[in-house]
Amino acid sequence: MAKVFIYPATSLILSDLVARFGHEPLGSALSIREHVQTPGFDSPPIQMTSEDPQKGLKWAAVEVPSGIRGRMALYGPLVEEAEAAIIIDEPDLAFGCMGCARTNELLVFMLREKEMPKLELRYPASKEEGVTFVAKIKQFLKELEVKE
Amino acid sequence: MKPYVPEYVGTVTKYVFVDSPNTTPQDIATAAYEIAQGVMIKETCFGCQITGSPEDVDRIISHLRVLDPYRIFIKDRGFPPGDSRRCRADLGGARPGYLGHEYEMSFIRYISHGLEETGGMNKTSLKKAAGQPLPLEEPLDADLLEKLFSEET
Repeated sequence: MAKVFIYPATSLILSDLVARFGHEPLGSALSIREHVQTPGFDSPPIQMTSEDPQKGLKWAAVEVPSGIRGRMALYGPLVEEAEAAIIIDEPDLAFGCMGCARTNELLVFMLREKEMPKLELRYPASKEEGVTFVAKIKQFLKELEVKE
Repeated sequence: MKPYVPEYVGTVTKYVFVDSPNTTPQDIATAAYEIAQGVMIKETCFGCQITGSPEDVDRIISHLRVLDPYRIFIKDRGFPPGDSRRCRADLGGARPGYLGHEYEMSFIRYISHGLEETGGMNKTSLKKAAGQPLPLEEPLDADLLEKLFSEET
């Protein structure tokens, strides 16, 4: 069972397909859960502490806005843990503020730079493309099993 | 500053989405309640949320998947249900965060179709189907952009 990073990290479809075909999807929910379930000092609104932008320094330089470093504190450890990645090209659902946009750019860059099996594709727009989409992911995940 | 004492430590929460003409969210929730054994189930308009120990949640999920294997989709959730930071009962009004799910649910029928088709494929036909092109969108050519600009003026 390989740890597969999914981009967009909140994707329902990718998360389901990776788990369905026997691997572990690495998405933002895992990091959020860890934050939410860790005791400490109350840090509203979603338990991001002032330490998180500092942790993010590992992946983004100090002049990078704290919003990006904070987000990288969530995604960075997952990317390091990842053994493979499935990346959706320009997903509409990942559209957001500049913090999200720049984090996404950095995230995709990090995934492309890391030496690991990667699958890049886009969301299907028809039934036929749906078959291709699922087949590509299924084949990719099967090949991961062989490599293991 | 005050100490933060987290709730539901050691549990996992999973979303169960259903988009099927044969299975309703109520069917899913009822089936989950039947084998809940103390696990927290929250029925929602799209399916349900399950919160409990990882083993219990996996047990319920593998039971639910059988109901409609190609049309039930599951993903992790970071917050437990009813968390005051995310629950709209505390926030008031609609909550953010379902935009992504709403977007993906708009074409999830293609995925269901894909799962159904690939489910019966052997190794060779799966490889053939995976070899079909799914071209990525080409970035706009800079020369073309320049041409468009000059056309405007």
